[in-house]
Amino acid sequence: MNEILQGLVQAFWLVISLDTELIAISLRSLYVTLTALLISTLVAFPLAALIVVTRFRFRRVVIAILNALMGLPPVVVGLLVYIIFSRSGPLGVLGLLYTTSAMIIAQTVIITPLIASVAHQSMRELWADYRDLLISINTSKPQRIGTLMWDSKRALITACLAGFGRGIGEVGAIMIVGGNIDNATRVLTTAISLETSRGDFSLALALGFVLISLALSVSFATHWFGKTERGGLW
Amino acid sequence: MFPLSISRVEISVKSKKLLGPINLVINEKGITVVLGANGSGKTTLLEALHGLRKLSRGKLEWSVPNSQAAQQQSFVFQSPIMLRRSVIENLIYPLIVRRISKSIAVEEAKLWAQKIGLENKMSQQAPLLSGGEMQAVAVARALITKPKMLFLDEPTASLDGLAKKTIEEILIIAAKGGTKIIMSTHDLGQAKRLANDIIYLHKGILESHGPKEDFLNSPPSDAARQFLAGDIVI
Ligand SMILES: Nc1ncnc2c1ncn2[C@@H]1O[C@H](COP(=O)(O)OP(=O)(O)OP(=O)(O)O)[C@@H](O)[C@H]1O
Ligand SMILES: [Mg+2]
Repeated sequence: MNEILQGLVQAFWLVISLDTELIAISLRSLYVTLTALLISTLVAFPLAALIVVTRFRFRRVVIAILNALMGLPPVVVGLLVYIIFSRSGPLGVLGLLYTTSAMIIAQTVIITPLIASVAHQSMRELWADYRDLLISINTSKPQRIGTLMWDSKRALITACLAGFGRGIGEVGAIMIVGGNIDNATRVLTTAISLETSRGDFSLALALGFVLISLALSVSFATHWFGKTERGGLW
Repeated sequence: MFPLSISRVEISVKSKKLLGPINLVINEKGITVVLGANGSGKTTLLEALHGLRKLSRGKLEWSVPNSQAAQQQSFVFQSPIMLRRSVIENLIYPLIVRRISKSIAVEEAKLWAQKIGLENKMSQQAPLLSGGEMQAVAVARALITKPKMLFLDEPTASLDGLAKKTIEEILIIAAKGGTKIIMSTHDLGQAKRLANDIIYLHKGILESHGPKEDFLNSPPSDAARQFLAGDIVI
């Protein structure tokens, strides 16, 4: 009990004193997840909008696959990315394994189906509203996609927050492909896991504080967006 | 782009015929009013003419290529479709789609907001307007592109007397300015005020098309006579 209390006090001190290691790890976490989120957004949103405004043969299949991918266990994603980038794997020559790039790739794979699915859901509802009007105004397909994305921007921001939450708290995949190397690929979640097994609770708890405050800000922001959206303030 | 010739057009949904066969020639002058009881096929006819409905049979031909004709048409839906944006952004939307510069579009939109008496609500979110205000925005948004062909599906159904008069005056000016108008209405007074010619639909069949006076003085069928007398037509 005493140990934990001591850990808490030290953790608090680490946060307040802006401990360099703590900051480096936190920034790396943010870098990995935000980069993955950016790439996911660029892929997922236009793709989701395209699926909404286009009738093609395997539309339902694509949507089903998207939803299934959302349920992929991150550890399995990590394993697959590991195999692909391992020295004897198809992309082994790139030498990306145990780098933040590999971690970004793994997180992108994890986040993309999630935010694509959320985005698809909301843009499909909007399209049901807009369809006749946009066809009547003789909009081009890119214009339809642009209009849907713009007018569902709140839902898309919410999707981003969900994606960020999923990425920042994820440990399985980045542990496998990043290797939790000190000063290179160590991020909040992998560091917590390591320090806990080592019994160094103070750093683990300090990292935990940072992670919790990030996660809490995300859920507050999500709640706030959801509320204003329901208030009809588009 | 006129005349628009419609030959043997039929619309069916799941082998149930909703409309037709319709034979009709639409010329470029004046206001054509479509009359008929609820469910007689007015909306279906207008949407078919505008190209929103897949024809089950028959042909619909403009004297110019369809892509060109599509650029010159607008449609005001029975229940107005508002983009989830401000009033002014709704008004400029068709102009922006046509790649007109934003500053010119905004100037034009301000003029239209004045014409429909909404100059004080330009920055309000359009979906929060009253039903009648939305209807007025829909009419202005349809006319802002100066279309050669304007379809209106019961555009004044939810308007009070003054608002109705405003819209009717706008429509008369547009028609004088060379916009061909085809509109449906349940308002016989409005038909008498606006129509040059009248199309009468009964159970999906076009019973007559001719000058207003002919229809009003000698209704083509018992159903039409009852309709004019205000009786319930089954
Ligand atoms: N997609 C559809 N599937 C099945 N039936 C339809 C469909 N669209 C329209 N109908 C039917 O076709 C008939 C004509 O409908 P339409 O909306 O054209 O009538 P309307 O003359 O515009 O009526 P109102 O005056 O009430 O607006 C109605 O009986 C309607 O139920
Ligand atoms: Mg109708």
